[in-house]
Amino acid sequence: MKKLAGFLTIIFLISIPFYSGEYYINLASQMLIAAIFASSLNLLVGYGGLTSLGHAVYLGLSAYITAWLITKIGLSHGATAAIALTATTVMGMLFGWIALRATGLGFLMLTLALSQIFWGLAYRWVGMTNGDNGISGITRPMPFDINLDQSNYFYWFVLIIFLTCMLLITRLVHSPFGASICGTRDQAKRMTALGFNVWLIRWITFVLASFFGAVAGLLYVYFHKYIHPTVMSITSSAEALLCVIAGGAGTLTGPIIGAFLVMILKNYVSGYVERWNMLLGAVFVFIVLFMPSGITPWVADKISRLRNTTK
Amino acid sequence: MTINRRDFLVGSGAASLGLAVPTLVNAQKSNEPIRIGLLTVKTGPLASGGIDMERGIMMYLNERNNMMAGRKVELVVADTGGVPANTKTKVQELVERDKVQVLMGPLAAFEALAIDDYIKTQKIPTLSVAAAEDMTQRKPNPWFVRATSSSAQCSHVMADYCAKIMKFKRMVMIADDIAYGHEMNAGFQRVFEENGGKIVQKLFPPLTAPDYGSFLAQLKTNVDGIFLGFAGSNGFRFVRQFNEYGLRGKMAIMGGMTALDESVLKNMGDEALGIQTVCWYSAELDNPINLKFAPGFRKTFGYDPGYYAAGTYVSGAVLENALNAVNGDANNKDALMAALKKTNIPTARGPVKFDQYGNIVGDVYIRQVERKDKRLVNAVLRTYTNVSQFWTYDPKSFLGQPVYTRDYPPAKNLES
Amino acid sequence: MQIWAIQTLNSLALGGLLFLLSSGFALIFGLMRIANLTHGALFMLGAYVGATVIRSGYGMFTAAAAALIVIAIVGGIIERLILRRLSGNPQGQVLATLGLAFIIADFCLVIWGGDPIPIETPAMFQSPIQFLGISFPAYRLVILVISCIIGIALYLLLEKTRLGAMIRAGVDDMQMARAVGIPASQLFTIVFCLGAGLAGLGGTLGGPIFNAYPGLDADMLPLALIVVILGGVGSLVGTFIASFIVGFIYSFGIALVPDLAYVILFLPMVVVIAFKPTGLFGTIRT
Repeated sequence: MKKLAGFLTIIFLISIPFYSGEYYINLASQMLIAAIFASSLNLLVGYGGLTSLGHAVYLGLSAYITAWLITKIGLSHGATAAIALTATTVMGMLFGWIALRATGLGFLMLTLALSQIFWGLAYRWVGMTNGDNGISGITRPMPFDINLDQSNYFYWFVLIIFLTCMLLITRLVHSPFGASICGTRDQAKRMTALGFNVWLIRWITFVLASFFGAVAGLLYVYFHKYIHPTVMSITSSAEALLCVIAGGAGTLTGPIIGAFLVMILKNYVSGYVERWNMLLGAVFVFIVLFMPSGITPWVADKISRLRNTTK
Repeated sequence: MTINRRDFLVGSGAASLGLAVPTLVNAQKSNEPIRIGLLTVKTGPLASGGIDMERGIMMYLNERNNMMAGRKVELVVADTGGVPANTKTKVQELVERDKVQVLMGPLAAFEALAIDDYIKTQKIPTLSVAAAEDMTQRKPNPWFVRATSSSAQCSHVMADYCAKIMKFKRMVMIADDIAYGHEMNAGFQRVFEENGGKIVQKLFPPLTAPDYGSFLAQLKTNVDGIFLGFAGSNGFRFVRQFNEYGLRGKMAIMGGMTALDESVLKNMGDEALGIQTVCWYSAELDNPINLKFAPGFRKTFGYDPGYYAAGTYVSGAVLENALNAVNGDANNKDALMAALKKTNIPTARGPVKFDQYGNIVGDVYIRQVERKDKRLVNAVLRTYTNVSQFWTYDPKSFLGQPVYTRDYPPAKNLES
Repeated sequence: MQIWAIQTLNSLALGGLLFLLSSGFALIFGLMRIANLTHGALFMLGAYVGATVIRSGYGMFTAAAAALIVIAIVGGIIERLILRRLSGNPQGQVLATLGLAFIIADFCLVIWGGDPIPIETPAMFQSPIQFLGISFPAYRLVILVISCIIGIALYLLLEKTRLGAMIRAGVDDMQMARAVGIPASQLFTIVFCLGAGLAGLGGTLGGPIFNAYPGLDADMLPLALIVVILGGVGSLVGTFIASFIVGFIYSFGIALVPDLAYVILFLPMVVVIAFKPTGLFGTIRT
């Protein structure tokens, strides 16, 4: 049943450019990028139980490194992507090492602080980042000579990467390592007693989260062809966190649904409702009151109840 | 009033919801409306200027019953929140979904840079309010005209005024630590020092500084004046704290084009009297167009129009003139763009024409805060005519040098 | 010499302001373990309420009292209707408080518009105080004094009154406290109201320096977080001292190393937490 639903969803996603206008295709690309980003954070927040308010720094680092390499050095897209992903993941290793010296609110604050420091650097280090003018003139890659400037091709490019990431994350979560991550979230003391290296498990989760965040950053900068320090602001990180929690932390589809919800409200509904910010806030409060674990667990619960009553 | 989205969509039918990839449209039918997209900021810290932008153009359209060049005009307003990623999404929405033919705005420099690329590919004539220098200098966009000002266009004038008329010899400069502040102050420094003055201190507080105490403590007081390159309400906050630290009267306060805008002035008191600023507009201008615009704006909204409201009002006039030249055929983008570039009309700010890069060549005014009828106004002291973004420099050599930044031109007279 | 003196006073004044800002957050987080991310928005709402009261012709004292009461009521409503259901669900608390922050911020924009609203410094404090050859704004010194008074008052409330004892009992062991007849959940509402009220009070008192503008909430919340974390969760004394530490480091840092302006605020916190995760005076492991 689940497999059929998944299969149909994928068919639906692939088919979007065939009947939608430019605007909707672009919106769909953005939603997929946001979904990858939210899913990366979910590894940390949902499965690892470590709430982070500084995840946008990986999006930003990967985006800025790509932007800089392409515009100032003129490196090829393949090499740029490899360097950006690697460098950002290495930074993730360093940040993880720093942030994991605390847990709970201390961890949250450390992640926030690290992202704010880089946000400030992006503004101030004008020589590298162009400060608040941002870096423009980024080009999209041309894999197999396909012109990704066309919205439908770019969309399928993003879709392929999205599906690959989700596949990897799913395999990870269902693996024994995935089980141990959940273990550290639920019963850290018992895990230690059983001989697991809780710190190492958390650190690896952190690094993986930063890697997928970097992937999202790469796609982000390709889409916008422009990068600005606001991408690493608290608002950016907070939004991602909200996507994860609202959609359902610790589930696979939760962050995707959360990302879709927030993107639709921000980009589409905002055209119709002037007070869309208030609406966004109200939606969050509504979710937290009536679906305390997020949308996906609530929906799953309703579906299973339906199934039980019809037996 | 703004045509809201619901009316617009119902009116143009489901087909224009964008189910078709946009195709080239042939010459416009004579009853097809002209659609203007306004990119502005209505939420967040930049909201004050953004709301004024909407009011300026709304007023212009209202005065003409929403008609330009014999056709109905529909205004679609998009709120970008001042975040460049949103600006990009909103401009796509305006162009691809709402099918606007002309863009007005955006507000902030980095927003303009974010959509620079998109405007070039989509070939949409854009009447910008944002002040980013390079958009009309080293990286000019052929679809861009700007009827307001580049960042340093007005500060060049103020520097000349300070050096030659006020006869200042030593000055301090302070501005927000953003590109706009850097560009504005750099322009001031250049002209001031080339006319015999010395800039002895440059300060750049972060944009969201909780307060200016630390900066006021290090301020040199053995100077003739201080030049403020602030935007938004920071100028006003600074002046207040300046007085609270007992610095009032120790040096003259001279402001840039957004330091003491009319929208901020309405909240100030006697501490603002006598402060001189430079801008391409003042609600006190006495040309015939402004003599109707400013009081009308004040009557409708309760306060004087300033930089942002005048920006879109004037852009509206520029657009209408160009549309008249092409007989209202807004779909003929090349012709419309050519007509825009050939603009030469009187407007509420004075005469408007554009240089070859699309930036305005017009009048710039030195103003002084005075009290009139119990309100504070920017009374016009002096008018400089025919000011371009290059001041008195030759455009080629100006462009040959790097763009204005925090450290360029290098400040050789700083004292520690 | 003069510059050092003024910067020291600046630091103290900023520290006082930060304490006014953070005390409410520290109270709620220390006692109820709720990270109230609506705090910045409540502060901003307080500033707007205060500005409106002053514009209607009343003095600062009335405005501050009004802000305290109004925001305390708002806080009480939030706690009763929403946060009460989320105890033990920290992620839900994050979602709820951030959602509420959006709502309140947009509400302020609708009611008060996009223009920043200045708050007048009370007339008697408008001219600078002159001593030892320096001029310093009188109002900032007043803020310093007020923040000390509030700090002492809070300390006395919690440590020396019966109410404070009951609250602390409820925090340490809710079940036992209830068993001996302490109305723990009502007390929690009171604590939240107090914390929110302090935020509102801070907004009005800080108004002459910050003004009331859209975006004030986003600018203030990180500052409150930094101070409380640095000082240590669960310690009011820690928050007080951390406010001044941050005040000093920021004021002097901005003057001496302006290039690190954005970093200066976070560096002390990062350094301290990296070595002592509970903060300087923290008593509870978070």
